[in-house]
Amino acid sequence: MSCALLLLLTSLALVMGTGTAVEIQRPRGVPQSKRQFYEENKPFTCLDGSSTIPFDQVNDDYCDCRDGSDEPGTAACPNGSFHCTNAGFRPAFIPSSRINDGICDCCDTTDEYNSGATCQNTCREMGRKERESLQIMAEITKEGFLLKQQLIHEAKRGQEDKQGKLTELQGSKKGLEGKMEALRTVKKTAEDPEKEAKERHLKSWEEQKELIRMEKDKTRMAEAFLELDDDADGYVSVAELQSHLELDPDSDGSLTETETQGLLGGAGKVDTSTFETVWSGIKDKYLSEGLSDPPAPVETPKEEESRDFVSDHDSDHYPEDYAGEEEDVEDDEEDDDHEEEEKVPPTVQTPEKREDDELSMPPYDTETQILIDAAQKARDDFDEAERALREVDGQMKNLEKEIGFDFGPSAEFAYLYSQCYELSTSEYIYRLCPFNRVSQKPKFGGSETNLGLWGQWAGPEENLYSVMKYDHGQGCWQGPNRSTTVKLTCGKETVVTSTSEPSRCEYLMEFTTPAVCQEPASLDEVLHGHTEL
Amino acid sequence: MAAFIVRMGPLLVLWLAVFLSGTWAVDRGNFKTCDQSAFCKRQRALKPGQSPYRALLETLELTNTKLTLQLINDNNKVRLLLELYRLQGNMTRVKINELKPLKPRFEVPDVLINDPPTEPLSLLSQDENGVVLSLGADSQWLIVSAKPFRLDIMEGREVLLSLNSRGLLAFEHLRIRKDTQVDPEGAEKKEETDAANEPAEGETAKEDGMWEETFKSHTDNKPNGPSSISLDFSLPGVEHVYGIPEHADSLKLKTTDGGDPYRLFNLDVFQYELFNPMALYGAIPVMLSHSAQRTMGIFWLNAAETWVDISSNTAGKTVFGQMLDYVQGSSETPQTDVRWISESGIIDVFIMLGPTPTDVFSQYSSLTGTQAFPPLSALAYHQCRWNYNDQEDVAAVDQGFDEHDIPYDFIWLDIEHTDGKRYFTWDPHKFPQPKDMLQGLVDKRRKMVTIVDPHIKVDSSYKIHNEIRSKGFYVKNKDGGDYEGWCWPGNSGYPDFTNPEMRAWWASMFAYDQYEGSMENMYTWNDMNEPSVFNGPEVTMHKDALHGNWENRDLHNLYGLYVQMATAEGLIERSGGVERPFVLTRAFFAGSQRYGAVWTGDNTAEWEHLKISIPMCLSLGLVGVSFCGADVGGFFKSPSTELLVRWYQTGAYQPFFRAHAHLDTPRREPWLFGPENTALIREAVRQRYALLPYWYQLFYHAHHSGQPVMRPLWVEYPQDTATFSMDDQFLLGRDLLVHPVTEEGGRGVTAYLPGKGEVWFDVHTFQKHNGAQNLYIPVTISSIPVFQRGGSIIPRKARVRRSSSCMEHDPYTLFVALSPKRFAQGELYIDDGHTFNFDKQKQFIHRRLSFANKALSSRNLAPGSQFITPSWIEKIVILGASKPSKATLKTPDGKENLLEFEFDASMSVLTLRKPGVNAGVDWTVVLQ
Repeated sequence: MSCALLLLLTSLALVMGTGTAVEIQRPRGVPQSKRQFYEENKPFTCLDGSSTIPFDQVNDDYCDCRDGSDEPGTAACPNGSFHCTNAGFRPAFIPSSRINDGICDCCDTTDEYNSGATCQNTCREMGRKERESLQIMAEITKEGFLLKQQLIHEAKRGQEDKQGKLTELQGSKKGLEGKMEALRTVKKTAEDPEKEAKERHLKSWEEQKELIRMEKDKTRMAEAFLELDDDADGYVSVAELQSHLELDPDSDGSLTETETQGLLGGAGKVDTSTFETVWSGIKDKYLSEGLSDPPAPVETPKEEESRDFVSDHDSDHYPEDYAGEEEDVEDDEEDDDHEEEEKVPPTVQTPEKREDDELSMPPYDTETQILIDAAQKARDDFDEAERALREVDGQMKNLEKEIGFDFGPSAEFAYLYSQCYELSTSEYIYRLCPFNRVSQKPKFGGSETNLGLWGQWAGPEENLYSVMKYDHGQGCWQGPNRSTTVKLTCGKETVVTSTSEPSRCEYLMEFTTPAVCQEPASLDEVLHGHTEL
Repeated sequence: MAAFIVRMGPLLVLWLAVFLSGTWAVDRGNFKTCDQSAFCKRQRALKPGQSPYRALLETLELTNTKLTLQLINDNNKVRLLLELYRLQGNMTRVKINELKPLKPRFEVPDVLINDPPTEPLSLLSQDENGVVLSLGADSQWLIVSAKPFRLDIMEGREVLLSLNSRGLLAFEHLRIRKDTQVDPEGAEKKEETDAANEPAEGETAKEDGMWEETFKSHTDNKPNGPSSISLDFSLPGVEHVYGIPEHADSLKLKTTDGGDPYRLFNLDVFQYELFNPMALYGAIPVMLSHSAQRTMGIFWLNAAETWVDISSNTAGKTVFGQMLDYVQGSSETPQTDVRWISESGIIDVFIMLGPTPTDVFSQYSSLTGTQAFPPLSALAYHQCRWNYNDQEDVAAVDQGFDEHDIPYDFIWLDIEHTDGKRYFTWDPHKFPQPKDMLQGLVDKRRKMVTIVDPHIKVDSSYKIHNEIRSKGFYVKNKDGGDYEGWCWPGNSGYPDFTNPEMRAWWASMFAYDQYEGSMENMYTWNDMNEPSVFNGPEVTMHKDALHGNWENRDLHNLYGLYVQMATAEGLIERSGGVERPFVLTRAFFAGSQRYGAVWTGDNTAEWEHLKISIPMCLSLGLVGVSFCGADVGGFFKSPSTELLVRWYQTGAYQPFFRAHAHLDTPRREPWLFGPENTALIREAVRQRYALLPYWYQLFYHAHHSGQPVMRPLWVEYPQDTATFSMDDQFLLGRDLLVHPVTEEGGRGVTAYLPGKGEVWFDVHTFQKHNGAQNLYIPVTISSIPVFQRGGSIIPRKARVRRSSSCMEHDPYTLFVALSPKRFAQGELYIDDGHTFNFDKQKQFIHRRLSFANKALSSRNLAPGSQFITPSWIEKIVILGASKPSKATLKTPDGKENLLEFEFDASMSVLTLRKPGVNAGVDWTVVLQ
């Protein structure tokens, strides 16, 4: 194939080469295709028809035609163009202003016929190089295009797989949903008796606690009676009680006889059974006389203390649900300061703890425990089902996202998805993760910089899939957010070939991939299709 | 950000140092007001009418060349010496110094091109009140009044100008510092306050800042104590004064009552503000006064920090008020009063008496020299950006211009091209093969400019630094060590450019074997030469830094001039004295015009900045600097496409035409804004290139006779008061009037076409318009309103090519715009475009083109010259013509040829086809 191509190219070049002999016949700078308009010794009509001039004013170094057509071989017209035959290479038009400007533009040197510039005819050499590179390109394109077909095929299969997977997931999602609903019912069924049993247990515990409390109170009362009954006459008298200044109802520092009598219910003295009613009035304030052995603080004052604490916090506008906040804080570990501030002072838990220490709830009875265990299992089962469903949902979302991406007309770019390609320069490692992001990481330490997140295909209308645009990268100091333009060219391999930053914080990356390889052109097109190198 | 810091390295450090604290705009607080500058505050506190100075007439001595006379300050008995000179060319020089200063006071060297030749003065009369001297020509007198001392220059009965008429002459004599530290309030006060002008009671030396002054965190030690000088000038009959650049302000200077004076102190001002008297990068202490009767100039030759106060007795008055004065007959003559205040040095004033604007330009250029004649290519288009990243980038931009068929001559490299901001070096990764790159440009007949700033990285592995240090060429700090400051490379030294040996060494560094990678097509840009010192007071050098024996205080404004001088000398030397240099500078002083081009510094991509480029360059042109331009597009920020296009259109008609952009701005090469805008920019640049023969000729004249290239209208129409304040349009030479569109969304401009009885031709449509009218011109985005004066002939080259060099041998098209009397005159100047041969060997062609009596002829204006050009006359376009029956070309060999022609009756345009005659010979075309 390549041999045939070479042969054909060579023969074309030969045809052109022999053509030079004929060229002198037409005015300088006129292409073969327009030769008919320049007939020797006949008046010349400007190609735009604007005027007609004698033939000797064609190429006489003075511009007569508005369209510049009378001076195809001189620099006289500002809008003219000069045709170089470039035998051995490909013909070209150059602006008239480049005729005789001292710079060799045409490889056949014909543009510099009167400037003193010494130009070498490089057409054959250029033609050779051009053919070589065209051949290389043709091979690359050919192979690349084959690879592309493969990619398309794979992408199609991949797409089908994904679609299938999605359908599958949709099915399993339904199953999971049903399962979850069933387990929810199971859970509820198990939790109701559990709740009841727990409440029951709690209630009986409360009752038991009350009994213990009353017992304790009674013991204390008896102790107090004995303590107060100084003369051990079986009565507590006004005089005996009067020594307890802490019981002073008006807190004026003295416990009068009348006041004391009032405490004793108007009586002068009370016996054990009557003391019961008196006790309920004074027990809150009563201090044991045995100072070395103060009575263990009873629950009541503790409860007050605890209440005070809570009300204090209320008045300080603490969030009422600070306990909840604390949980949040645990979720958000990064927010150290926040955690510090919101931490609840440890004292708040102290009274409850003490109470718990003193009076801890007895373990559930076996029956209740069975119910609890059953409920817990139901809950775990339900949670697991829920988690499974979430997972399936996530998988579906990812799949849908991937399926939804514009991977090109035949999904030929799909293989780039979730891949990354790196290019190492003297200072940085650049990383292109197609359809995701571009980043830059210094080679010698330092953190990665986001050069842009996938934006859209941004090629010209006729070739939309030749350029990728990544934007909204890390902001530039005093400048815009970083962005990257990725130019895609045909290649056998998928590689980042270069990066640059033509404008501050606007990066340009060149990327080769078979996915942009076009169907190889016919030989004729290879030769004449491009008019510029 | 971390990655950014690593990559940005030194640059970021700089930014952190300079900008992070501030906002993204000028920080006025970084720069002194008069009140914060101790000497300005002291001087400005003086009240007029109390001059303590008396002329001691008995000391008068008159020699052939000068008059000397002692002045005494009656308050402190300190004597001054007055020297008066009559200079050739209608100028008077007034010098005042201390009679016996404690030590010499600084006198500015290297600015005057020679000792100005004098003319004899003669004593006409003398009595105890004063003397009258004849100034020679034009019945001009100089009256010296004794008490109080005062000078009046008269012509006939008219006072042209008076000195010390308001009694603001003040000369702080040098004194020995008494023990002020022990008792600043007591014993010393007497000594301090008996200075020339009796500062108000209760002010202490410390408050006065006489011996020490602190601004922000910087303390200025003043071992020499107070040394400021001041003098006032009155200009009767004058309502318009101009000049004293550089300020971002209107062309006509404003009165400074109630605000700060105009300040002249070379400073690197970050994001400068418009319309205020703050100092900028350069300082030219020259003011022009103009009235319908006379144009004059005052050149205050002092390189220290200087403030200029302007007041006017008519400025505050409304038109009605002025009418009322007139009707009631109570009108006083309008008068402008000017007062100059400098921190040190002596009073050395040149009074240029005109009387015409042309005379003043000649007078000033006879003192400080004319505009350097640039290589022709430097007048073409320059493409710059901070920064073209690497060699590939340069090649791609070069290619871009060809692909889009836009001409350009120079591509520029800013600081990033160097190896770590070490000037004279190349970044080894980005520019590994500079000669290959330059050769690539040679192949396209294009050129390059690289930046060489005067701050030198302190780095013992840097050859330039080591040599400067070992030769002792650095500026010293007050303690005698090398002065160091912070600039682009980090810690930097500042070579003492005032030292001629240093300058010679610096120049030698531009030799091709010294500046590695340099080639013939590489030229130079001196930036940051105020000098900019990021961590210095007001972002510049400490005033107590030492240049040899002199403090920076004495010569601060000269530093930038010396940098450009030494650089230009280097470029001349490297070619063996053959090639003309091209050096762009940001800082400048009087005389800088001799060394190259100036640009208006770091402007901003805003419409107001586009507009201000006109008065800023006009002001520079009036005081000698013709080669002026503003960054096209604006340096900071990003221009809208419309602004960019309008800026190209304006810049194409301003002398120095360079696009430039800040590092942080998006790219803005001309083809990046869509095909339509590319075409608009291409067209603007092409208009520039077609007009290069005219530009070159204007620069030849600027070089030859000191006439500005870009001129305010009043220069050519000095009696037309309507033009006196105009700065939204301008003339190029005499013959082109440009009124660029500088309004966003502009749909039309009103151009003033001057000259009663004259006509102007639209250069694009050839439409004829009468002079002395305001003409409304509807505009589109492609319009650049330009008019050619009827009576002129302008040569153009219609074949616009890739670069000006490519057009060198191209033929000329002559545009003959006839006056109503069917007359026209112009010139054609041709030389090799780049060497000194035009000067040294008279190798040039200079021809007079004139149209009269229906004949257009070319004759030699410089018979002693000789030059051969292959260029010929391609076409002659005669505007305002009538149709001839035939046109005959006559050449010296006696041949006669009939020329073909076309006549456009609707526009009265006659086009003669292809005369074909060589541009360097005599010829005549006769119309019949």
